[in-house]
Amino acid sequence: MYVEMKEICKKFGDYEAAKQISFGIEKGKLVALLGPSGSGKTTILRMLAGLERQDRGDVVIEGKVVNDVPASERGIGFVFQNYALFRYMTVYDNIAFGLKVQKADKQKIHARVMEMVSLIGLEGLEKRYPNQLSGGQRQRVAFARAIAPNPQLLLLDEPFAAIDAKVRKDLRKWLKDMIQKVGITSIFVTHDQEEAVEVADDIIIINEGRLEQMGSPIAIYKNPKTPFVAQFIGTSTVLENMVGFKGYDDALDGKKVIVRPEFVEAFKSDNKKFANMMNAVEEGVIENVVFRGSYLELTLLVNGVRLTTNRSLERRHVDIGEKMCVLLYRVYLFDDKGAEIRKNQLLKGIDVEAL
Amino acid sequence: MEERSSKIAKWCLIGISVAFFLLMLIVPLFEVLYRALADGLEAYGTALGAKTTLSALKVTLLATVIAVVVNTVFGLIASWLVTKFDFRGKNVLSTLIDIPFSISPVIAGLAYIMTFGRTGWAKPLLDGINEALGTDIALVFSVPAVVLATIFVTFPFISREIIPLLYAQGRDEEEAAAMMGASGFTIFRKITFPHIRWGLLYGVILCAARAFGEFGAVYAVSKARGKTFTLPLEIDALYMAGSADSITQAFAVSSLLVGMALIMLILKNIVEYRGKRDDL
Repeated sequence: MYVEMKEICKKFGDYEAAKQISFGIEKGKLVALLGPSGSGKTTILRMLAGLERQDRGDVVIEGKVVNDVPASERGIGFVFQNYALFRYMTVYDNIAFGLKVQKADKQKIHARVMEMVSLIGLEGLEKRYPNQLSGGQRQRVAFARAIAPNPQLLLLDEPFAAIDAKVRKDLRKWLKDMIQKVGITSIFVTHDQEEAVEVADDIIIINEGRLEQMGSPIAIYKNPKTPFVAQFIGTSTVLENMVGFKGYDDALDGKKVIVRPEFVEAFKSDNKKFANMMNAVEEGVIENVVFRGSYLELTLLVNGVRLTTNRSLERRHVDIGEKMCVLLYRVYLFDDKGAEIRKNQLLKGIDVEAL
Repeated sequence: MEERSSKIAKWCLIGISVAFFLLMLIVPLFEVLYRALADGLEAYGTALGAKTTLSALKVTLLATVIAVVVNTVFGLIASWLVTKFDFRGKNVLSTLIDIPFSISPVIAGLAYIMTFGRTGWAKPLLDGINEALGTDIALVFSVPAVVLATIFVTFPFISREIIPLLYAQGRDEEEAAAMMGASGFTIFRKITFPHIRWGLLYGVILCAARAFGEFGAVYAVSKARGKTFTLPLEIDALYMAGSADSITQAFAVSSLLVGMALIMLILKNIVEYRGKRDDL
């Protein structure tokens, strides 16, 4: 492991920002710390950087415990949420700052700064001040400033939060490409699951100061370990009551049930494709239809509970109030011991995935 | 109709303000100049060249320079402390900074006498120090007393100018610089100072202008004309003497103080203008 947090605890007064947080990150990975606001993710980043000190536990970088190493000597690049560019310095001086502090040779500084400026594609803007740049350009300068002194680890605090939605998409791709190009181990904080899934190699999910789950985006999506993760990643519905659902009549008591849209199938009763599954069908009524840009989102009332499913635009037209046949392929079950995926017992032997 | 009535309102307000300024400020200030020159330039020159006037000018400038230097250092330290650190009693401290704004300067002067005067509790302590060092420092009815009183009444000016600027700047830029390995002094010099320089200069000017003109606090601790008097005290003494000559002299010395105040006013406006232009 290149970067490790070992049983880190941190309190601000009565507020517990980190409860026994432990994780390790391999060299060269791009990792997202994902969680809702107030979950403690930024505090974890700041403890890694040395801007905040943990109450207990160890921060380990490259096999060395760095608890007592001040931020300035950890050799970490940090991109702040609102960039924190030095407003009284030009782009050039901003990027050169770290190198000047290290008392590097003047010609070397110039060469490195120009290399950075061309890397971020801002040639010709070196003499501008931060307030003469757009949000996206400031973000690029902040990135260049952080990596100019060649840090071994790059930390980014909500790097896309201050940028409008359209530019954000481009910047995400740009940042991912840049980090791969430079090959630097990077950790970024975000509250946006879409962003984490799209950009990161691995995601660490934080909630209320606890580490909920760590893994690749697809692994976390397919096998959530806690109800929180299941609800936070992807869209999902919590079912309070599953009484009467065909195929789920065994031992669901006391367990939390969470359903994803793709676990639910809704079709018209004359649809031949599902003929072999009619024994598991429930009746549902369409309560709402929302156009989501490239598909329809249907809300169905089934056995007194609301289920959501996505419907391809290629399929037949449906109306609000229409009666549909509804299949529930599988659900997530959570209890104190852990999580499991329960398949519909009446569909045993049928290859649902092939549909 | 709407537009016309708002135009009328505008001109009414301008008229009232101009009349007020003329009556309350401009006319009295011209009166000072007029009376100062009433007996001719020669009398004016004699009044300014008098030994007591020169002594008062010297004491005033000395007190002002020391007060500005001390309060700049104190103001920077206090505002840095209040804005960059969290600690118990922070609100109390930032309220204490404002005390000289709310307390009458005369009380400040009297408080010094009560503390360091002949019957004051700190007098034996001061005597002890004097004896040990072989010095003869007096903290009442002396030039050091005048300096201390001036420092007291002017100490909030600089920190009050800087504190809002430091709050507005936040800690991000400093943290960013620290992450790149910059020392505390480098951070102050390169990141913090450029941000506060105009505010600091503005505070220095206000502080100096106030120090020139201070009367109450200085009056309480300064009783020796020609030795510890400042310009405002000298003017008061000349005026109170009551003869036609001395009243003209009082106005002549006043014109000197008015001139110094005008210079400060012009400097203040230049600094304000430059500060706004550079504000990023």
